[in-house]
Parts: sequence; C-alpha cells; structure tokens
Amino acid sequence: MKKVSISFTLNGNSVTAEVPETWTLLKTLREYFELTGAKEGCGVGECGACTVIMDGQAINSCLCPIPEVEGRSVDTIEGLAGEDGTLHPLQDAFLKNNGVQCGYCTSGMIMSSKALLDQKPDPTEEEIRTAIAGNFCRCTGYVQIVESVEMAAKELK
Amino acid sequence: MPDNLFVGKSIPRTIEADKVTGKAVYIDDLKRPGMLYGKILYSSHAHARIKSIDTSRAERLEGVRAVLTGRDIPDVRVGFLKDQTVLKRDVVRQYRDEVAAVAAIDPDIAAEAVRLIKVEYEQLPAVFDPYEAMKEGVPLVHEVDARGRPLKSNILPLPWKFKAGDIDQAREDSAFISKDRVSTTWVNQCCMGTSGCIAEFDQNNNLTLYDQTNVIFGHIGRITEYFEQIGLRGKKIRVVNPVVGGSFGTKLDTDIYEFIAIQLALKTRKPVKILFDREEEFFALPPRQPTVFTIEQGCDREGRLLFRHCEAVLDNGAYTSWGATTPSVMIMPMSSLYRVPNVYFKATCVYTNNIYAQAMRGYGNPQATFAVETSMDSLAEAAGIDPAEFRLINRNRPGDHTPMNLKITSCGLEECITAVKEKLDWDEKREEGRGVGMASLIHVAGGARVTKSDGHGIMIKLDEYGHVDVIESGTDQGQGSPTVISQIVAEALGVRPEDIFLTFGDTALALWDAGTHASRHTFMAGNAAIGACAKAKRQILEMAVEQIPKIIKRDFKRKKRKDPGFVEPDLDFTLIANPEDLDIRDRMIFPKKDPDHPYFKIPLTQVLRNGLHVGIGQSKVVVAEEFYDPPTEMLNWEMKGNLSMTYAFGTSGVEVEVDKETGEVKILKLVSAHDVGKAMNPTLLLGQIYGAAYTGVGYGLTEEIKVRNGRVMNPNFRDYQMLTAMDVVPIEPVIVEPMDEDGPFGAKGVGEPGLVPTAPAIANAVYNAIGVRITDLPITPEKVLKALKEKG
Repeated sequence: MKKVSISFTLNGNSVTAEVPETWTLLKTLREYFELTGAKEGCGVGECGACTVIMDGQAINSCLCPIPEVEGRSVDTIEGLAGEDGTLHPLQDAFLKNNGVQCGYCTSGMIMSSKALLDQKPDPTEEEIRTAIAGNFCRCTGYVQIVESVEMAAKELK
Repeated sequence: MPDNLFVGKSIPRTIEADKVTGKAVYIDDLKRPGMLYGKILYSSHAHARIKSIDTSRAERLEGVRAVLTGRDIPDVRVGFLKDQTVLKRDVVRQYRDEVAAVAAIDPDIAAEAVRLIKVEYEQLPAVFDPYEAMKEGVPLVHEVDARGRPLKSNILPLPWKFKAGDIDQAREDSAFISKDRVSTTWVNQCCMGTSGCIAEFDQNNNLTLYDQTNVIFGHIGRITEYFEQIGLRGKKIRVVNPVVGGSFGTKLDTDIYEFIAIQLALKTRKPVKILFDREEEFFALPPRQPTVFTIEQGCDREGRLLFRHCEAVLDNGAYTSWGATTPSVMIMPMSSLYRVPNVYFKATCVYTNNIYAQAMRGYGNPQATFAVETSMDSLAEAAGIDPAEFRLINRNRPGDHTPMNLKITSCGLEECITAVKEKLDWDEKREEGRGVGMASLIHVAGGARVTKSDGHGIMIKLDEYGHVDVIESGTDQGQGSPTVISQIVAEALGVRPEDIFLTFGDTALALWDAGTHASRHTFMAGNAAIGACAKAKRQILEMAVEQIPKIIKRDFKRKKRKDPGFVEPDLDFTLIANPEDLDIRDRMIFPKKDPDHPYFKIPLTQVLRNGLHVGIGQSKVVVAEEFYDPPTEMLNWEMKGNLSMTYAFGTSGVEVEVDKETGEVKILKLVSAHDVGKAMNPTLLLGQIYGAAYTGVGYGLTEEIKVRNGRVMNPNFRDYQMLTAMDVVPIEPVIVEPMDEDGPFGAKGVGEPGLVPTAPAIANAVYNAIGVRITDLPITPEKVLKALKEKG
C-alpha cells in the first residue's frame, strides 16, 4: 500500500507520520503514534468518540483522511494535562462532577467541550449541548457532563 | 459514633483520572505480542441450509493465518439451552448466525478475507412472528433439541408460571376490572465501547481471556464446560477485564464471538482479538427482547387491588441466551409491585428466525413494569380514583411479605409517590395537550440469588506505607464502584480514599463473584469490604498493641540521648493493652478512651512498618479477605423465594406536552424519586439516576431496533435513535434514604431502578394529556398521530 509522509503539529510538537495514504487521522493517532485516547465508537462520524481538535475545530478524526492533516495543528486528549500532570480544568471538572462514567466517550466529549470553551469562554447551556450534540453517551444522560463543562468554564475564567 | 468521614460524601472520581486523560486501556486499545485479528462471516439468510462453503480465496489472501468453518471445529453445543453451535455447519436460523471466521495480521485483511468466502445456501421457510410461530404446521426453527430428540413446536421448554391465591374468586369479588394489551420492542444496550475480547493460550493450553465482560467468573464455568468437550479438560482459564466501556447487561453470557476467538487462538497458537464494529454491535449482539403482555387487574370499591392476571409472549429469536430467563425477573413486579394478594403470571418464550435476546439494564423489569403500570392507570380510571391516590392505597410497606415471598424490609415507596405528586403539582389543572403520569418500581437491591451462590469476594492488603490494595471480584463498568468502594474501605479501615488502590476484574487474583449485575455491586462489595476491613483492622490493632509501647519506648530513649534532662512521662499503658481498646481513623491509631492521647495516638504507617520490619523472625503483614454470601433464597419450583436481602423502590413522574399536529411528545419535567437506602456518594448516585432515566426516556419515546423478516434494518446511530445532548429532559431527582439495616452503611442497589418506571410514566402522562393510550413502545409521533386519528 502506498505510504505518505505527513507532517503536522500534534499536541504542540512537530511530527511526521509515514502511513498508508488510506489511513484516517484516528487510525494514525491510535496505530502510528499510539495515542489511544480517541476511540472508534462507530467509524462513520456518528458517535463522536474519536473527536480531536484540528486548527481549533472539533472534528471526527475517524472521517479525516490523513493527507488532509498536512501542515495542520491537531490536539488530542493526551495533550490536555500539563507536563507535570496537572489536569486541565475540564478534566478536573469531569472527575469532580461525575461527567465520566464508563469513560469511553469521555476523550471526545472533553475535546468537543474544549473547542467550545476556547471559542466561547462563557457558553450557555444550549451552546454546551450543541457543542456535544455529536458526542454520544449512554451512561450519564448528559446532565452531569453539561454541568462539568459549566464548572470548567467558571474555573477557566 | 463519630460522623462518617467519607461515606455519604461526594468524593470525586479522582481514582479514575486515566479516563479523562486518554490513558485508560479499553479492549480497543489492548494489544498482545503477535496478536492476530479475528473477523466473523454471518449468514445471508434468516433460515437456510448451508450447501457449501468455499474458503479457498480467503485462505490464499496474504496475511491470513486461519479460516474456520463449522467443519473445522468440534460440533459442540453452547448457550443456555445448548441450542446452538459456535460456527454453524448445516443450517442457519437467523441473519446473525456465525458461518465462518478468519484470523489475519490486521483487521483490514481479516475483513477482506471474510468477503472472499463464498457460501451457497438453500433457503428454508422462516417464521418471524411469535404468535404465528406458536401455530401448528409452521416452519420449525429447531428440528431437534440439545439431545437430538425431535421437536414439535417452536415454544421453548421454559414454562414460566407463577400462581398465588385464587384469581377466579378475586375476579368475582372485584368491583372494578381493567384489561390491557401492551407490547415492547427490541432495544440495543448501546454500550459506547463495542464488544470485544482477546483469547490467548500459553504453551500448556491454559487460556487468558481479556474480555469486555461484567461476569468474569461466569465465563469460567461456561468455557470450562466447552473445554471439556473439545479436549482441553482441566485447563486453567483466566478472565481479565480491561477498562469496560459500558455493559448494561450485554455481557452476562459468553457470546459466540468469544468462543470463536478461542478457536482461532487455538488454531493459530497466537493471541486473537475480535472487536465488534458498531454495525455488528447492533445486529450481532443480543439485545433486549420484545414482549407482548395481556394484563388484567381488579380492585374493590375502596381501590384495593384484589388480583393481577398477566400472560406474556416473548420473541426468543433463534437461540436462547439470558433473554429467555427475564420472566423470572418479571415475576417480581408482577407479584410484588404494590400489594396484590392474588396473582397469576405466565410467560411463553417462542423461537423465531429473528435475532435472539440477552439481558439489558433492568432485566425484564422495564417490560413487566410497563404492563403493570399501564394497567394501574386503567384500573384507577375504571374505579374513578386519582392514579396517584390509587398507587398510595396499594403501596408496598416496610415489613410486607409479598405473594412471591419477598420480605420487604426498608421501603420508601410512599415518600417517592408523594414527592412525585408534589414536584409535579399533580393536582394542578393543565392546559389542553399537557398531562402528567407516574409509575413506580420494585427491584432487587441487596443481591439477587439467581445462581446457587450469590457471593462476592474482596481481598485487602496493606503495605508498610499505608497503601491499601483492594482486590475486588467484580467489574468496573463505569458505575463508579472504584470511588464508592474506596470510600467504604477508607471509612471502615480508618484510612483515606486516596490510600486505596483497586484491582477489578481478574479471576486469577480475585475471590469468586456472581457478577456485576442486578444492581448488586455496592451492596455486595460494600458488605464484603466491611467484613474484610474488620479483619484487617483487627490484625493492625493486634500489631499496634505489640508495637506502640515499643515505639514509644524507643522514642523516649532517643529523646533522652538528645536531652539528658528529659523526664519520661508516667503513661497508663492499660489504655492500649488490648486490640479492643484501640481504633483507627483518618490514618491514625488511637486509644478509644483517649482519642487525642499525646503519646498513644500514632500514625498507622508507623505501626505497619514496625510490625513488618521487626528483625527477630516475627514480622507480619496485614491481609484479609471476606466472601460475603447473603442469607437469601433461590426461587423454588413455584417461583417463590426471598432472592434479595432488600428491595429498591422508586417512582417516576412525568409532565408532557403532546403536539397534536406533529404527534411529538415533549417532556417538560421528569421527577425521578428513589429509595436508595443511603446515598453513599450523592454526586455519583445522581449519575446513576440520570443515566438510567435517560435510557428509560429512549425506551419510552425513540429507541427501537427495526427488525424486518429477521434482518436488523437500522444498525447504526443515525437510524437507531438513542437520545443525544440535544434531547433535553429536565430531570429532578429525589433521594429517599430510609437506611437499610442490611446494606453497607445503609445502602441499597441503584444501578437499574432509574430506568424501570420511566417509560410507563411517560405513557401514562401521554394518556393524561390527550386521552389516547399508546400501548406499544416506543411512543413515536407516528403512533400518537395514528391514535389521535382513530379517536377522532
């Protein structure tokens, strides 16, 4: 299979991936970089478990062909905590407010929320719900996820 | 008794920080050296004879390491009624029948190889409607039973029947009677993490199964039985949980893909992973099954229930898993939700060529409660009594013994119904198109003796730094147990939650457990933990009695060396003469009679270190285990018995607005009131209630696996309508805490109850709003419009 060499910024670091051109960003993150926080919950862009941030926008990495990532900037859940391990306020809020249960959707949920808070530091409940509309969760009923994002927004201010 | 330091507090889920940083390792993320990827070829027909299978092209594909069909492995029957084989040799009976399987070096090659397998079928007549399937002369799904004896009917040999009292007399005595027919459909558990496992054999053919299951020890029994028939008798099986991405009942049984992974691993001598994609999760995983109920109830003039008579028909699909045993749980609400002296319940499970069924959160209770609570509203109306009042008249009370012999200990049902009434302004007059409805529940909340042992084990060991390892025999499937168990252990042992390190889901390390199901984990693990902590604490305090005087004397010696003028105080060592004189709290050991004693109050770690590093051949470690098996009863042949130590009660109340133009049902408010015994961690408890209620709303309004002629038509999230964050349901939780005397710190199980009464509460609210009753779930706009039209 034809391989491509794709250079981009991953969690603030310049990286190059040599992977088959048919790979998605999700597969590249999981298989090439061994960053398995983003999950393949459906593989067709319906569930949001694979959400990462590309150039400030939350995207389904399972739908993103790797050639499209050339020169872009990608942030994943693994890059969110500080180098000393200090949790990002979103991560902290999800733990404090029970925004996480089984945790499978959590990486995507937090990245969608981060993309929102980066653009709108003071979102309404409706804006939060819209931002995570594409992130499915079976455990929580979303209530405490929304509350977690609200809590993080306050903390970040 | 001092206040609890940790139990009852909203301790954050810090112990699960890996889940918010991407570090948690799910089955998706787990790799073993040399691991191959398995993929399954499913049937192309609902019922057909396999004429030939050509695997030659698949075998030649580069990267393929094994191709298996039913002819390549022993023809061994598996499953609850032993009515299927792992790979089907001659006949397929449903679209999800496993016909062949491949192991390859990567998932894409495995998928390609599966596409290259050619199967020739001869179609057979099929039957899809359970009522049709019960008639004479219809196609038989199975020609013979597990022992090869010919079968004459599609009805399963599982005669679920419950009888108490005298129905005929009660019917005669009734002043009011109502009759209803209600039905529920297939719904998928929708775990966000799809099913998967890795099967790996060592050189001696002992198996390690890394598996997304919530009943780790259940696998061992079933796989051992399988091993005995395939020449692996006596081999050791170890089941290990990775982080489990939700369960909701899906993983109670050993599924066929798990046996296939085992066969592929045997064949290739390599670890083999099978991971379902979302489409497979929808069509090849047994969901909650459809049930049709005909229910009749009667009451006297005062509104007291006199009888309940109900017959159920379950579409079993082509094979039998735990879905066919859900009637055993249905008997609980049928016989014991509200006081009803005369009860008859019969459930018939029928083979069809549809997909077969499994457990899902609530295990038959949501279906049965939909029937009972629909009927409660009908009968209240017939009797001219307000539905809330009618329920209060018939409510369960502490001390009741129900017709099923359930012994009700604590019961907060009255408080739950009353709270719902208040929070919904029940008696308020509402505008056209708006209405309120309620429904209640009973569920096991103190274990469930569905197998002969309902045991649960915990092991606890402390190291000399005060770290507490807890080897838990259950599964963490997201319910919050790591936090709650660490709260319990910290409280009972006298340390802090952050001192606790939990190991879940490893059969090689843990004592036995009946499974993390039936809302039993906090109750069982909590009681086991309290028992283990008491033993560990005793060991520590015995150590303390020996060590504290030595520590103090050594300390005095040191002080004297430093300061020759130091005068040893006159200490009363009788304060710490016996283990009973001491206690531990917040990492400190102290004499009970003088908790702040300036010398005898000593850090736990100091005692542990001194106890281990004695230096004279008497060193000690602290380790304790407790296997808790409550004094409950299996159901007898009459389906009676007190199978749980305690029971959960609760009431859902809903206010809806129905749009008569579009048929849409909008939930304006959902009050979810639950008797939880004691809220161990209020924030986590709310998460259970919210999540379960939300799934219940989906059950009531949107969710349905559409099965047409045996085929799943909507195997994806676009067409299967699970609720999203945009489906705002304003939920108001109400926590009732009667403190259960048998529960750990008073707690009862809470995992499933939130789901159970939600759908019937919605249905009752819709009726209240528009005067038409939708009796088949889900209540879609199409059904509402149709019903409105028929009403005229």
